[in-house]
Amino acid sequence: MRYKILEILEKNGRLDYKQIAAMLGLDENDVRNEILAMEEEGIILQYGALINWDKAGKNDLVTALIDVRVTPQRDVGFDELAAKIYKYPEVKSVFLMSGTYDFSVQTVGKSLKEVAEFVHKKLAIIEGVQSTTTHFVLKKYKVADVILEDDEKDRRQVIIP
Amino acid sequence: MSDSSRFLCQRVKDIPPSGIRKFFDLVAGTPGVISLGVGEPDFVTPWHVREACNHSLSQGYTMYTSNKGLPELRNELRKFINKEYSLDYCPENQILITVGASEGVDLAVRAITNPGDEILVCEPSYVSYKPCVTLAGGTPVPIQTEEKYAFKLQPHQLRGAITPRTKAIIFCYPNNPTGGIMDKQDLEAITDIIIENDLLVISDEIYSKLTYGKLHVSIATLPGMKERTIVLNGFSKAQAMTGWRIGYAFGPEPLIGAMVKIHQYTMLCAPIMGQKAAIESLKNGKEHINQMYHEYDKRRRLVYNSFKDMGLDTFEPEGAFYIFPNITKTGLTSEEFAEKLLGEEQVAVVPGTAFGLGGEGHIRCSYASSVANLVEAMKRIERFVQKRINGDSI
Repeated sequence: MRYKILEILEKNGRLDYKQIAAMLGLDENDVRNEILAMEEEGIILQYGALINWDKAGKNDLVTALIDVRVTPQRDVGFDELAAKIYKYPEVKSVFLMSGTYDFSVQTVGKSLKEVAEFVHKKLAIIEGVQSTTTHFVLKKYKVADVILEDDEKDRRQVIIP
Repeated sequence: MSDSSRFLCQRVKDIPPSGIRKFFDLVAGTPGVISLGVGEPDFVTPWHVREACNHSLSQGYTMYTSNKGLPELRNELRKFINKEYSLDYCPENQILITVGASEGVDLAVRAITNPGDEILVCEPSYVSYKPCVTLAGGTPVPIQTEEKYAFKLQPHQLRGAITPRTKAIIFCYPNNPTGGIMDKQDLEAITDIIIENDLLVISDEIYSKLTYGKLHVSIATLPGMKERTIVLNGFSKAQAMTGWRIGYAFGPEPLIGAMVKIHQYTMLCAPIMGQKAAIESLKNGKEHINQMYHEYDKRRRLVYNSFKDMGLDTFEPEGAFYIFPNITKTGLTSEEFAEKLLGEEQVAVVPGTAFGLGGEGHIRCSYASSVANLVEAMKRIERFVQKRINGDSI
C-alpha cells in the first residue's frame, strides 16, 4: 500500500487523502494514517512543486555538476566527507558514485564566479578532497521525470465518439 | 439543377448525420474547455514504438504489404491471441490486419449481409455499427442494454429480438460508452440462444486489455462459438496507437477469406508504417501498456467516487476508459446537460443519446485525461450538479 501511495504523491502532491484513497480503492482513514506515519518516519520528506525557473523568468541561476575525488577516511569511509560537503547550503545534491570519481555534487549559484568561488574556497579545501572537476549545465531538458519544454501537448480532437 | 446532392444514393441520404457534430463545433469554439469527450487515450504512443517506425522508414519500408498484412505481424498476433485469450488462429488464413477495428466492422458486416438480413446491435454502443449494417443493405435492430443489468446483454433481451431474418449480432465488450463487460458466465448465458438460432457473432473487443478486476473473456472461447464468431481488435486503445490505424480480425477461414476479398479490392492493405509499429508494440510494449493500464484504473476509481459523492447514480465501469453516470436527477436531458455544462463550467462530455438506445439520461465521460484535469473537471461538474439537485438552496 505504501509504494502505491508514494507513487501517486510523487507525481501529484496536491491530492487529498480522499482522492488518493479513491484511486487505490482504500479506506480514507488508512491512507491518512499511512501518510502521516511516512511523514513521521522520514519517508515523505517534503511536499514541493517542480518548477521551470527559466520559464518563470528567473534565468540568472547557474547550475554546476562537480565530480569530486576524495580519500576515504578510516572507520567512517565516505559518509563523513559527504556530510562536510552537503552541509553547505550552496550544495543541492550529493551522490556517491562508482567509476572514476567519488561524489557527484550539484550546486546552484547566481553566476559562474559565485560557483567557482564555492569550489575553490569551500569545496576544494575540505580535508580529504583530492580533486574537483566542474561542469556547468547549459540547458535542462528533463528533470525528475518531466520534460521541461514538452511539445507533446494534447493534440486530440475535442469530441470523439 | 445546381445542387450536386442529386447524385447521392438513397441509402447514404437516409443515414442521419452524426448527432454530435453540432456539439463538436460548440466545444471547439469554447475557450478553456476541459474535454472528457475524447474516445482515445491521452497518452501518446510509447517512444519505442514511434522509434521503431522511424527506423523502418529510414530503412525504406514504404511499400504495400500483403493484403492480409505483414506475415511477421500476423505471426506475432497469433502468439498474442494464444497467450491472452487461449485462442488459436492460423496466421495464413484466419487473421487479417485491418485499418483499425473500424474497417473490421465494415468488412465483417459486408461479408455476411444479404439484403434484408437483420443484424442485432447492442446499445448504447459505439456509433458505427448501425450505419455499417445499413450501408451493407441489412437492417440494424438495436437491443437496449440496461443499467440495472450492468449494461450486459440479457438472454431474454436477445431472445426477444430474434426473428427468422436475424443473421448476426454485434456487440462490444468491454463497452464504449458504458464501461460494462460480459464475463464468462454472462456469455455462457447467451451462447445457447445464439447457437439455437444459428447466429453469427461479430465481437468488437477493442478494449479487451482494459478490464479492471476481471480478465477479459472472448466469446469465441466458449464451446461451439469459434466457428460462428468474428473477433475484432486493434492497437488503438490499450497500446495508445489510434492514429496508426492498425486493427485485426480473426475468425473461421471462410469468413476471414471473404473479408480479405473485400479488403483487397477496397483498402488493399493497412499502411506498412503502422504495421511495423504494431510489431514493435507486440514484442516490447508490455511494460508501457501495463503502466497506462494502471493509470486508467486509478483514474477510473477517482471519477467513479466523485460521481457517487455528488449524488449521481453511477454504474461502476469494469472496462474501457469511460464512465456513464445517470443524470436524470438533475431534471435535464442528456443534451441539455452537456450543453449547459459546457456553457457554465467549460467541461465537455458526450450526451448519452449519441450512443443510441438507452443513452438518454446519461452522459459519457472519458477518464483518459490527466489526474489534474480530472480533479478540476469533477469539481466543476459537482458545482453544476449541486445547483440542479439542491435547487435554490445553493
